[in-house]
Amino acid sequence: MAHPLQLGLQDASSPIMEELLYFHDHALMIVFLISSLVLYTISLMLTTKLMHTSTMNAQMVETMWTILPAVILTSIALPSLRILYMTDEINNPLLTIKAMGHQWYWSYEYTDYTDLNFDSYMTPTLDLKPGELRLLEVDNRTVLPMETPVRMLISSEDVLHSWAVPSLGLKTDAIPGRLNQTTLSATRPGLFYGQCSEICGSNHSFMPIVLELIPLKHFETWSTLTS
Amino acid sequence: MLDVEAQKPPNGKWWTPPFDPRFPNQNQTRNCYQNFLDYHRCVKTMSRRGKSTQPCEYYFRVYYSLCPISWVNRWNEQIRNGTFAGKI
Repeated sequence: MAHPLQLGLQDASSPIMEELLYFHDHALMIVFLISSLVLYTISLMLTTKLMHTSTMNAQMVETMWTILPAVILTSIALPSLRILYMTDEINNPLLTIKAMGHQWYWSYEYTDYTDLNFDSYMTPTLDLKPGELRLLEVDNRTVLPMETPVRMLISSEDVLHSWAVPSLGLKTDAIPGRLNQTTLSATRPGLFYGQCSEICGSNHSFMPIVLELIPLKHFETWSTLTS
Repeated sequence: MLDVEAQKPPNGKWWTPPFDPRFPNQNQTRNCYQNFLDYHRCVKTMSRRGKSTQPCEYYFRVYYSLCPISWVNRWNEQIRNGTFAGKI
């Protein structure tokens, strides 16, 4: 989850998100290098009384500032495409879960073996216990097994919503009449928070997502208790 | 409707619809709908031939896992009323 005054992305808890963090660092470093080069050049230009008013051609510098940006863009594009293709890899999920967006809550359906489905409403601020997070906690968390690929199918029962969990690098739009698939794979147990990411009415900011990732054995116990 | 509970695998053995190369992309709407149609067509054909509908269980499990419950209920209601748009 995010913490106050946070500047960067949340800590990664899935392999794809780890890759995205590295890519973000790489792209941001390039941005800083270019910005400092430009600022340095501007400062050089503005702090000299020397002038050259009869410039006719500048072949060397023109070549450099054509080749160098092309190289930089390639060095950004290649890791980006690598991650893009990584997100589309075929993995064999162990479990399928449906997340349906409503105004203004999420409902989850676990129908591989049972008819388990439940609604997940945000806990109102007045009902929070000490230590709980404002506008992020829900009454029924989505319990999932960790370290297993899970197929998430996202849709909506009314308007557009978007199911997002930043620490797992997930954001998938919930579109009525369409079933969008994404794969979830957490590297560690814990609670992972997210919020609805597509404007959907007055309580758009108040329909969070909480994933509770637990070891597979405990998940089996939980699913027998709740079915 | 076949009983979902009866198909629950023993603990430790998990089953979920496998990757279907006919629907490789993010949009799985057609995957759900196709399996729903295939289940009903399978049941209709097997019953017409007087055979057991046990092989149709596969399609049932796939569509029941993939399709949202509200869609399934709506389609079943339409089938009961004779207003279902798909060809079964």
